[in-house]
Amino acid sequence: MMLTFVTSAVTVVDVYGNDFTAPGDEPTAPSASPAGARPEEPASFVALLESEGRVEPRDEMPEGYRKTLVRQIAQHAHSEIIGMQPEGNWISRAPSLRRKAILMAKVQDEAGHGLYLYAAAETLGVDRADLLDQLHSGRQKYSSIFNYPTLTWADVGAIGWLVDGAAIVNQVPLCRCSYGPYARAMVRVCKEESFHQRQGFEILHTLSHGSDAQKAMAQDAVDRYWWPSLMMFGPPDDDSPNSAQSMAWGIKRFSNDDLRQRFIDMTVPQAEALGLTLPDTAIAWNEERGHYDHTPVDFTELFEVIRGNGPCNEQRLSHRVKAHEDGAWVREAAAAYADKQAARQSHEGAA
Amino acid sequence: MNTPRTTYFLALADDALISSQRLGWWISRAPQIEEDVAMANIGLDQLGQARALLSLAGAADGRSEDDLAFLRDERDFRNVCLVEREQTDFGVAMARLLVFSTWQHELYAALAHSSDAMLAAISAKAVKETAYHVDHAAHWVRRLGDGTDESHTRVQAAVEAEWPWRDELFDTDFLDPDLVADGTAVDPATLRDPVEQRLGTVLHEATLTVPQARPAYSKGRLGRHTEAMGFLLAEMQHLHRSHPGVTW
Repeated sequence: MMLTFVTSAVTVVDVYGNDFTAPGDEPTAPSASPAGARPEEPASFVALLESEGRVEPRDEMPEGYRKTLVRQIAQHAHSEIIGMQPEGNWISRAPSLRRKAILMAKVQDEAGHGLYLYAAAETLGVDRADLLDQLHSGRQKYSSIFNYPTLTWADVGAIGWLVDGAAIVNQVPLCRCSYGPYARAMVRVCKEESFHQRQGFEILHTLSHGSDAQKAMAQDAVDRYWWPSLMMFGPPDDDSPNSAQSMAWGIKRFSNDDLRQRFIDMTVPQAEALGLTLPDTAIAWNEERGHYDHTPVDFTELFEVIRGNGPCNEQRLSHRVKAHEDGAWVREAAAAYADKQAARQSHEGAA
Repeated sequence: MNTPRTTYFLALADDALISSQRLGWWISRAPQIEEDVAMANIGLDQLGQARALLSLAGAADGRSEDDLAFLRDERDFRNVCLVEREQTDFGVAMARLLVFSTWQHELYAALAHSSDAMLAAISAKAVKETAYHVDHAAHWVRRLGDGTDESHTRVQAAVEAEWPWRDELFDTDFLDPDLVADGTAVDPATLRDPVEQRLGTVLHEATLTVPQARPAYSKGRLGRHTEAMGFLLAEMQHLHRSHPGVTW
């Protein structure tokens, strides 16, 4: 089955805990009522946010808050599941058995992250199967970074170092997110992502200190993944209409540009340690700002990828849909077997 | 030139390695996310067994686990053909895992008492892992066999397809009798009855019929593989071989 993205509908892209639209598409902030007037927020909810407390599933919460979280957590979960594909692409070809074992464990972790996150979303009254249907039909999105291909082994390293590195910068603040189940899931996810980032760095370190061909492979991967990684933080703050509401609700803690800058500041010295260059000649330490300057990100490409025109959009989604459809008979069998077992037990109980 | 001892270790290592390579395909393709995790887990266990056994096999002449995994040619691999064949159907994957892991579980349980201390230690760890693999596969074969009409038909067909390839697991031809005599190895023929009995029980519980199949022409233990093996190795070995002598 071939699926196309519906770009006229809400085209939200979760970037591991950040979401935004391409310009011209509908805004992502759910309007809880017409004309932008939000109903009163429950006093208990306001008090929890003011005291930096955690909102738990049984607490009162505004519908807009709930919807925003469902969308963000679901898209985060989808990103983990789709994110298995680009790295999974190298499991069969990993160049040593040690690397193969690490990569299998890493991709397995991503499946596990998907499971925690779907479970966190389910605390908000939705169902995993419905969320997956929305992914498969293109109504919910996943991080655009996974619409890029992994062309060489070094891409596995670049994804670990840059993509997981950017994800961590986005996700660490989510450990203090106002919604308890999401925040707690993120604590565990961040620990594992941190390990993933180190293994990505170590792959690139080995390559950049290896043969000329290995070093070239590493540099090529960094050249291709640098700009898409910076785009993971979303558009500049001026063009990020959802951020203010998410920040007021304690879902988002820092602006897109602040997080992007934090990532760049963290990554430039690591690139130097690797002996690899970042594909931006404007990168320079700015003593006055206390940050690295860099060329502004050109988001034209990102918005094209969000609209469905990235190199792997169709491939990633159709791979996911095929796995789901091919497995339907298995899930149906499991459900039928469980029903039969339950019936047998109740029969035995009645006897 | 491999000694009989090395050949034995390689046979067991290659079974685990090639089975793991096939299981790795499923990661991102499983019927549900829990199963992506489980198949990755089982594949990782098998890969761990393979690495330990390859290191043991290579210790005698200084070949590393990677030398043995990536630089041997097809005719030098000693795994049974059962594990190398394609498995892109979940019923086939579970039927095969049931056969293979039940055999591995009986094997490792016996080898935990091997006179080779290293092999005994590797087996003692692996027997715990394979007990879980058997359990996982048996649960799925029961669910599929006693699930829907479609799943019953499909998993019965999968069992029919896998059954002829299990005989090679019990072949003794490749094994130097001295290794059995000195307590290093287990005579594979002695595993047949317990394995067949356990498989029969699971199939019965799954409402499936035990196939009356003639053995397949399966000579992987002698390095004569199916046509699927060359492609599997081409994929697995290509990158490593493209950059001779480097570190990864």
